[in-house]
Amino acid sequence: MRNVALALAAAIVLWLGVAMLAPAWLTSGDPLATQTSAVLLPPSAEHWFGTDQSGRDVYTRVVYGARDSLLVGLRAVAIAMVCGGLIGTVAGVAPRWVDRIVSRLLEVTMAFPEFLLALLVIAVLGKGANSVALGVTVAIIPAYVRLARVTARQLRFSGAVDAATILGVSYPRAVWRHVAPQVAAGLLGLGIVGFGSAIVTAAGLSFLGLGISPPAPEWGVMMSEGKNQLARAWWITFFPGLALAATVVAVSTLARPLQRRLATGNAHD
Amino acid sequence: MTLSARTRTALRGAARFLGEAGLVLWAAVTLAFLVLKAVPGDPVDVMLGPLSSATPEARAMIRADLGLDKPLPTQYASHLGRMVTGDLGMSYQQQRPVSDILTEQLGATMALAAAAMVLAVVLACGAALVTRRGWLRGVADATELLAVSAPVFWTALVLASVFSYQLGWFPIVGGTAAQRVILPAIALALPVAGVLAQVLRHGMDQAESQPFAVTAMARGASHRRLTSHHLMRHGFASTLTLSGFLFGSLLGGAVIVETVFARPGIGRVALGAITNRDLPVVMGVVVFSGIGFLIINAVVDVLARAVDPRLRKAADA
Repeated sequence: MRNVALALAAAIVLWLGVAMLAPAWLTSGDPLATQTSAVLLPPSAEHWFGTDQSGRDVYTRVVYGARDSLLVGLRAVAIAMVCGGLIGTVAGVAPRWVDRIVSRLLEVTMAFPEFLLALLVIAVLGKGANSVALGVTVAIIPAYVRLARVTARQLRFSGAVDAATILGVSYPRAVWRHVAPQVAAGLLGLGIVGFGSAIVTAAGLSFLGLGISPPAPEWGVMMSEGKNQLARAWWITFFPGLALAATVVAVSTLARPLQRRLATGNAHD
Repeated sequence: MTLSARTRTALRGAARFLGEAGLVLWAAVTLAFLVLKAVPGDPVDVMLGPLSSATPEARAMIRADLGLDKPLPTQYASHLGRMVTGDLGMSYQQQRPVSDILTEQLGATMALAAAAMVLAVVLACGAALVTRRGWLRGVADATELLAVSAPVFWTALVLASVFSYQLGWFPIVGGTAAQRVILPAIALALPVAGVLAQVLRHGMDQAESQPFAVTAMARGASHRRLTSHHLMRHGFASTLTLSGFLFGSLLGGAVIVETVFARPGIGRVALGAITNRDLPVVMGVVVFSGIGFLIINAVVDVLARAVDPRLRKAADA
């Protein structure tokens, strides 16, 4: 049962990878091609996910939409891991007063939910795909800083760093050898889980009309366009959302054993 | 005058809360100021919009009126002063005080959030109690993973599609207030319920293996009594650390759910303000978010004391 779930999740992730890199392998259609003779057709053998109000094939658009929908999350998580990891580690190993300031600031960020922070960035920069990408990144960074800081602080006082400095290793080098690797492992675990919520936030912002503009085949935009057809054609909104939900479920299913491995890896160090 | 130890602890707790409250509010107000200052371009141009034909002289006058010609520290000081007196400024779009606009919409969002919260707690308790063992547990794990993973806007649209359009049970337009709140509340509640159920069940599992659970059973407590008097209590205590997550889901979710179901509320006002770059309203939402977070934290603190006797002891000592 567990293995079936893992295999299914791996298959979904593989499919997504192909859709991002080589969408033409999965569909022969054009995501932007309109066809006035095939408007709002329900799912069928010819159009697996039906067609939308302009006669575009929804399956083709879901496949081509994977790139824009997922890249934004990958980029946000990568930047958050690097920036959040650096800030958090520095705070964790720095003198007490630096850590005080950073942890106070972190406490305060809890009062502003991720989605609101992303919205604020968009309010400043205006609508657009870049604002959404930056907004999502800024929104998730506090969580990464928090994790890096806690991990670094625990390791800093675990004795290894002190032992190394007594043996003549410089402090930065001791931190790099004994603190950084485990902070990175923890961040990787958070990043895998955080990827899911990052793509959902990004798609949510596009859905609200703040990101990429139509007719780009991005999942959030597709759902926003299909929203007005809900009474007549459920499939336009259903399938992009299903793709999004399936991505998150697949990634979290794969993340569980991975995280366990990362955790036990730490224990052996 | 000598204070009892108990009063002193209570006073210290109150002081800590006030300190935290002050810090959060200061941060909210400062964040709002930074947002306003970070916007590229001239604030008066943003305020008037691209279509305005105001002369440069008129623009200069507005600038002087708003104090925008003064140095930044002075502007920040007067911004702080206004916020302290509860003046959140005027909406660019509606030419009305921001605090009026937001308080008008607050009720609708609170009703939605409260309905969602009650629903989430009921669903989570039910799921955690019924599905602790056996094959049901596997089903619950999968369902909860789906509930947590599915984007709110997707569940909202699926619910609307099935129950409003296909079955016609809950009309999107018309209907009573109670009918109109049900679908949005379900959409908002599902991810919250998923997380709550997982944490609740985990907390109960942990409590069950502790010595006090064995003691209670040895004293002759039935399994039902053990669950209702001891395990549930522990499970709840572990859910109370989720206040930040809860607040974020409800506020962030409200923006989306209110848009999908065309409900009035803070979320919709926020979205409109961001789309039209009505910055005073955006700032107002930031300040309201800070206040909302503080209220939730205070409530959770009180609940934690009610649920976990060890915290009460610590306060009395």
